[in-house]
Amino acid sequence: MLETVLGLYNYWIVIILMMAGFYTVIARGNLAKKVIGLNIFQTSMFLMYITMGAVESGTAPIVAEGATLYTNPLPSVLILTAIVVGVATTALGLALAVRIREAYGTLEEDDLRVLEDRQDTLRDTAATQDGEQPVSP
Amino acid sequence: MEQIIDIVLLAFMVVTAIAMIRLRNLFAVVMLSGIFSLLSAAMFVVLDAVDVAFTEAAVGAGISTVLMLGTLALTFRDERPATRADWPAMLVVTVTGAALIYGTLDMPRFGDPDAPIHQHVAPRYIVDSPREVGPPNMVTSVLASYRGYDTLGETTVIFTAGIGVMVLLGSVTRRRRRARPTTPATPAAPAPPEGRP
Repeated sequence: MLETVLGLYNYWIVIILMMAGFYTVIARGNLAKKVIGLNIFQTSMFLMYITMGAVESGTAPIVAEGATLYTNPLPSVLILTAIVVGVATTALGLALAVRIREAYGTLEEDDLRVLEDRQDTLRDTAATQDGEQPVSP
Repeated sequence: MEQIIDIVLLAFMVVTAIAMIRLRNLFAVVMLSGIFSLLSAAMFVVLDAVDVAFTEAAVGAGISTVLMLGTLALTFRDERPATRADWPAMLVVTVTGAALIYGTLDMPRFGDPDAPIHQHVAPRYIVDSPREVGPPNMVTSVLASYRGYDTLGETTVIFTAGIGVMVLLGSVTRRRRRARPTTPATPAAPAPPEGRP
């Protein structure tokens, strides 16, 4: 029992962190906070891969005198790529947030929805004044 | 000993993540995300993935934090308190988490040298890469030689993201400069209904 718990502890923590990030993304209305939640999710994924690659009493995958058991280098390589790509996506997401704030003056999802609705209504009334039928949403 | 460090660091990470969810001050959240990245870097050292550890410390804790601070400087410092009920999100998260935890019961135990992941290509990298490629660091060999195309793809992704950021933010600064002498806001953007700081 204890062995199972210790052997799976890392995975369980990874899942808790993953769900923490997921919760931030779906439950919080602030776009910057959503990007941060995405970052938590990402980091938990990194931990999962590295945990899978670890070997009991192994050493870092660098050739050394007297070392016989190395950890798996492949997850490290994949996660190195993932970290850098993750930062690229974070930068893009944050740039989008800045752009949205510039256009709408807010980063809250609820406000954005209200503004969108109002713009749609304005467009519809403008269209009716020109003698056209309003476009149904 | 390693096991104890592992348990404590992961517990710290969970505490940090929960604090990040609960705090409404985004500046504090960004600082905590830097701490979170550093903790994960320490975790990678414990798990013998040193290359990942220093990349995470430099890129995750360094560059990400700077990017987020820049975003806060251009937007808002605080998040509005929640207006809608969050129990549906809580339910979704709990159910998904429970399903995933059920899935882990079949995973090989932590540190098991006979796990399937260690059987396929990894032995080849470990045994042959010092002779075939040269550098003593196997991660470097795999990154630059065996899976060099992955790294090329990664560079493409960064290049594309860089162009995307430039296109998005370039128009922001240009519009600001142009809008300064006349009215500050674009005509399509009326002020938000509730005044925000």
